[in-house]
Amino acid sequence: MRLSGLQKEVLALYRQCLRECRKKPQNTRAHFEKFVRDEFSRNIAVEKRDFAAIEFLLRKGHRQLDVYSSPGIKDIR
Amino acid sequence: MAALRSSTRVLSSSTRAAFRPSAVFSRSMASVSETTEQQPKIKSFQIYRWNPDTPTEKPKLQTYSIDLNKTGPMILDALIKIKNEQDPSLTFRRSCREGICGSCAMNINGQNTLACLCRIPAESSSDVKIYPLPHTYVVKDLVPDLTHFYKQYKSIQPYLQRDTPAEDGKEYRQSKADRKKLDGLYECILCACCSTSCPSYWWNSEEYLGPAILLQSYRWLIDSRDERTEARKSKLENSMSLYRCHTILNCTRACPKGLNPGKAIAEIKKQMSLGS
Repeated sequence: MRLSGLQKEVLALYRQCLRECRKKPQNTRAHFEKFVRDEFSRNIAVEKRDFAAIEFLLRKGHRQLDVYSSPGIKDIR
Repeated sequence: MAALRSSTRVLSSSTRAAFRPSAVFSRSMASVSETTEQQPKIKSFQIYRWNPDTPTEKPKLQTYSIDLNKTGPMILDALIKIKNEQDPSLTFRRSCREGICGSCAMNINGQNTLACLCRIPAESSSDVKIYPLPHTYVVKDLVPDLTHFYKQYKSIQPYLQRDTPAEDGKEYRQSKADRKKLDGLYECILCACCSTSCPSYWWNSEEYLGPAILLQSYRWLIDSRDERTEARKSKLENSMSLYRCHTILNCTRACPKGLNPGKAIAEIKKQMSLGS
């Protein structure tokens, strides 16, 4: 399936998030991964053509990734 | 002596008593009441609404009607009244309500200004339309995301940089003429009204610094105490940072403080080309 640019961006963000999880401590990694999956699946129903909403969620996702990827954050609930 | 003192005390208390009702009266005038005999002057405000919690919902204009007799004269007073009395979910930034903080910058009837410095147009019967600053990402309702704007401000290093210590070891002195050069520059409150009114900044906001930041840049370029003028200039020496200004002068028209960013940018360009 050919993916649109926006779809690629979303997938790239998802991969990046999961990669960041690996840098977290072994015992809490599962929490981070669950958090990432929950955040993405919460908005899974967004209409494919709703560019404005998807772009906003992408920006929000990048912002959240910036915050949570700081090494000071060791666990998430 | 004692008699004198008591008499003055009597006098002062009587004057205070005489003044007090008028003081109370004037205060009540300024705020809300005292409109029993006046006709209500209803004005409608169409305000941009968008909630980030429901991103799939489209942004919309919501109309609020308020009585101008019971409101302060400025747009910000109306917004605060709407938030207090009609819709607490309406979101906007405000702080000083006197044009010194730059928080309440928004697009009112197609013009970027501070809501606290913009009068409610009482004569015209048309609705007042209020949008967030154009071409900014919206955080919620009237709140724009200015992160990039502040990042750009940081990039010009807006602080005094020098290597030589002060002559008297205390403070960096400046002649009156040198100080005068900063007038019309230091007043900028970084409300982002000018930058977001600039078409050039709309299309190139990633690289073009925009009028507000360039005005600040110029403020540090001509500061007689700063010693990094050349380094600052060489940073602007590319096609994007400075030269995306095409003297459209929307910035000067928009500035709610009456400053002239267009002129400041022209001065930078002049300095750069003459190499002075």
